[in-house]
Amino acid sequence: MSLDKATVRRIAHLARIEVPDSALEPLAQELSGIMGWIEQLREVNTDAVAPMTGGTDMKLAWRKDVQTDGDKPEKVLANAPDRHEAFFAVPKVVE
Amino acid sequence: MSYIIKGDTGDWEVVIGLEVHAQVISAAKLFSGASTSFGADPNANVAFVDAAMPGMLPVINETCVEQAVRTGLGLKAKINRRSVFARKNYFYADLPQGYQISQFDQPIVGEGTIVLDMPDGSSRSVGIERLHLEQDAGKSIHDIHPTKSFIDLNRAGVALMEIVSKPDMRSPDEAGAYLKKLRSILRYLGTCDGNMEEGNMRCDANVSVRPVGSNELRTRCEIKNVNSVRFVMQAIEYEAKRHIDVYENGGKIDQETRLYDSAKGETRTMRSKEFAHDYRYFPDPDLLPLEFDEAFVDAIRVKLPELPDEKKDRFMKEYGLSSYDAGVLVAEKENADFFEKVAKLSGDGKLANNWVSNNLFSVLNAKNLTIDQSPISAENLARLIALIKNNTISGRLAKDVFEIMLESGHDPEKIVEERGMKQITDTGAIEKAVDDLLAANPDKVAQIKAGKEALIGWFVGQVMKATQGKANPAMCQELLKKKLAQ
Repeated sequence: MSLDKATVRRIAHLARIEVPDSALEPLAQELSGIMGWIEQLREVNTDAVAPMTGGTDMKLAWRKDVQTDGDKPEKVLANAPDRHEAFFAVPKVVE
Repeated sequence: MSYIIKGDTGDWEVVIGLEVHAQVISAAKLFSGASTSFGADPNANVAFVDAAMPGMLPVINETCVEQAVRTGLGLKAKINRRSVFARKNYFYADLPQGYQISQFDQPIVGEGTIVLDMPDGSSRSVGIERLHLEQDAGKSIHDIHPTKSFIDLNRAGVALMEIVSKPDMRSPDEAGAYLKKLRSILRYLGTCDGNMEEGNMRCDANVSVRPVGSNELRTRCEIKNVNSVRFVMQAIEYEAKRHIDVYENGGKIDQETRLYDSAKGETRTMRSKEFAHDYRYFPDPDLLPLEFDEAFVDAIRVKLPELPDEKKDRFMKEYGLSSYDAGVLVAEKENADFFEKVAKLSGDGKLANNWVSNNLFSVLNAKNLTIDQSPISAENLARLIALIKNNTISGRLAKDVFEIMLESGHDPEKIVEERGMKQITDTGAIEKAVDDLLAANPDKVAQIKAGKEALIGWFVGQVMKATQGKANPAMCQELLKKKLAQ
């Protein structure tokens, strides 16, 4: 399976990664190569194997319902490119 | 009473499915230890997980899982002991992760049922498709700054249950009844407070139409985030008519997301986000499958409270109430509890229902009070009923006592005693009043004797007046008949 330039442009947009037009073709080739390896994996017969969501032999860790975190707005906001009082500030998004 | 919309080309019916987002009642968030409390300072209830700081890992909250299972049991639904969290990817400023942790093809709860009690006394079953756990997003505030939006992540990561119905509803009324019943069940279970005004319960409506008699499912539109039962009903009504107009003018409906503008009473297209529906779901690699055993489910099941449907059946059996009366009482658990206290203490379910549902509720509605703020306690209302039952006061005077109780909050026995409102059951006193009246109105007596028996009622009224309402009306009637027959 190979990816064309239009598909790569769309994926880049969905991921909000800026890709110049000149880089689309090389990226398409690179990603198509990765898809090729995935195609190879399909050759393995997995009929008797249940789909997995991870590769570890572990159980999900659970937590008690108690407040153990929060009350640190300054730390939460420390990397914000822009802020107003204790809010993050972003370019206006209105529906 | 099916809901049919008359079009130019024939009759149409509407097909409705609802998706409800119900905020889970828990102390901490679904995957972090930050508080869920309402009204905190901006970004105070935020852990690094909620702000999506690199390297932070989600850890699931046990109580949120229990609440989802509890709700599933309350909806008579299949509980999936293994479910999987997935990432739903989209880009928005109040979603710092760039994806919402949700569940996709393997939700925690499968198919279930809700029984709707319709106002005409009939009931109707609506299928539940699924219930899954997911994170809420943060809050965007657009109206403070002219060119910027402000983001508060306090709500980001709070647990939501998305409850999806099957497309089983056929009228705005059924959609309204579904929302009310679902809210009632959630409140009984204690899994969501059901407050739509504060956004703790939000509804998306999927609407399509088809010619009556057809079984096809036509293209649907999704009306997002409607925040009251009334608006959901209005939005469906509008949207169904819009579809019919489009079809009858030879057009076609595009599957799209719409918003309901309650001020204008219409739905409109959301400025369509590019690739809006390309969510690229995939299993969240940060979270292993959610698994629990049957014992976990059983421990929740044995502690389930009595739910509205069961309570309604019991009220009908134990207190002899009609289906409608029982339905009104059980809709809110607090109302049902109040009624039951009055019924038990007074020993008369039917009278208790009359006084609670008819008299007390209309006063509370008029004064915009909840049952917890009732000026009359359940104990005092039961005492009032006891006074009627043992003939201390007449039904007519009981209404006056009730009014005084509303004002003063006093014990009815004390009110009756202090104001001398006890019913006169002493035959002698009533007899004297009757004799006086008969003697003073010989013309009316003659008319009655000539066959105009309805006038007896006038005499009863006069006796009541002469005794300031304290005479027992049945006794008056009996005495009058006896005397007139002489």
